Amino acid sequence: MDQLFDFSPVFDHHEKILEGFEATVRLAVVSAVLSLILGTILVAMRVSPTPVLRATGTFYVNVMRNTPLTLVLLLSSLCVSDTLGILVSDDPRTNYYWFGVFGLSAYTSTFVCEALRSGINTVPLGQAEAARSIGLTFTQSLRMIILPQAFRTVIAPLGSVLIAMIKNTTVVIVASYAEAAAFMKEMFDDYGASIPIFLGFALGFMVLTLPTGFFFGWLAKRMAVAR
Amino acid sequence: MRVRQIAAAAAAVALALGLTACGSDSEVTGGDAPKSVAQKAKDTKKIVIGIKFDQPALGLKKPDGTYEGFDTDVARYIAKELGVPESGIEWKEARSENREPFLQAGQVDLVVATYSITEARKPKVTFAGPYYVAHQDTMVRVDDDVIKKATDLKDKKLCKAAGSNSYKRVTEGPPDGKLNIPAKTVDASSYSECVAKLKSGALDAVTTDDLILAGFANQQKGAFKVINDPFTDELYGVGIKKGDKETCEAVNKAVTKMYSDGTAKTLLEKHFAGTGLKLATTVPQFVGCT
Repeated sequence: MDQLFDFSPVFDHHEKILEGFEATVRLAVVSAVLSLILGTILVAMRVSPTPVLRATGTFYVNVMRNTPLTLVLLLSSLCVSDTLGILVSDDPRTNYYWFGVFGLSAYTSTFVCEALRSGINTVPLGQAEAARSIGLTFTQSLRMIILPQAFRTVIAPLGSVLIAMIKNTTVVIVASYAEAAAFMKEMFDDYGASIPIFLGFALGFMVLTLPTGFFFGWLAKRMAVAR
Repeated sequence: MRVRQIAAAAAAVALALGLTACGSDSEVTGGDAPKSVAQKAKDTKKIVIGIKFDQPALGLKKPDGTYEGFDTDVARYIAKELGVPESGIEWKEARSENREPFLQAGQVDLVVATYSITEARKPKVTFAGPYYVAHQDTMVRVDDDVIKKATDLKDKKLCKAAGSNSYKRVTEGPPDGKLNIPAKTVDASSYSECVAKLKSGALDAVTTDDLILAGFANQQKGAFKVINDPFTDELYGVGIKKGDKETCEAVNKAVTKMYSDGTAKTLLEKHFAGTGLKLATTVPQFVGCT
């Protein structure tokens, strides 16, 4: 019983736990930025007047969104990096970090895209018609009229996508980049699996995800479009 | 109407869950806990043994549901000596991180799963044996002429499998490590993934216990070689719930008999012949039951 509440491995090795979470934060921040950019490009493709772009966007989103993340990451590291021999860096840890980020972003961007597309659907049709009637091109109206309103309505769902992405970093180990969850496994091997170690890591993830949720909730309220 | 139906269904599910929970509870409390595993095995002719399911030549679950490997054969022999026929053995997967909790909670009676006897584990587990002394070694591609001994690993890409600290013995010095060679570690989720990466050339070497490496080398014949430069002793013990000395003594007796009647030699040769590994066929020095 005493081992259930023995928190000493957590306190004695907190720098190791922090190192794991540093890797998680690195993955999450860069993937968040990349998937936001890629998601915006994807949604522009999906609502564009060009059928080829629309079809490509739809195809990509449906394939990626319905493939398990583990497979996407394995594809990115084992197939693209190891087998095809495409390297971003000679240092393995940097190299696999980027392939982890690429896989995670490629996957998360489809969810960003779909959230944004639902936001575009909330923008009244009259807005787009008005934009066209004053002579704005498709790109201009998307950039200046549609997307700014769409973004503001989907801040809360984007927050959920981001939280899901932070938790999804735990499978990046299959892309050979160790983050918090892999560090937890290593500690399990060193000190035996125990509830305190598990709680320490669970708490670490809460520290990352809870404020994210609160921040996006607050932002969504503040930026809501008054209609 | 719909709502009421859903509520009824939910209540039924909750009831069913509650019933099953009660069932398993009474099973656990109904068993007599203070009895030693050896005593229980003799009385009930049943034993639960934790093994690895994914370690070729040591503990492997085959697609047809049977188990094979050196660890499983040793477990079968020990079970037989404890008075349990093969049909009375219940196999359970004990992954590295599960071994201590499984023993502590009594979910398994014995663990025979490449379980090294270490000082850190001794306060939590009673170890019988060792039944074999393995050594940490290094495996490279068969056409690799550069890495001939462990010290050649400097600046080479070395696999770091999640949930295993074997890499530390190379990259770090004492107390956690041994060789203190600056190799570049590459993370992987398991040793099978390490082996896949080694094959594709993304890695230069995989280091862990020689029996595990030999198992992989045997599985994909002609692709890899073990360099035969051992640098640690890994005492593979049989994990028993802390304090169960009676079972520990009984297992030690079984292990001694396994070596004296030649079974150990037969088993080792059956699983590891042809890998170029030097096999020890004399009974190892026991650590003593504590």
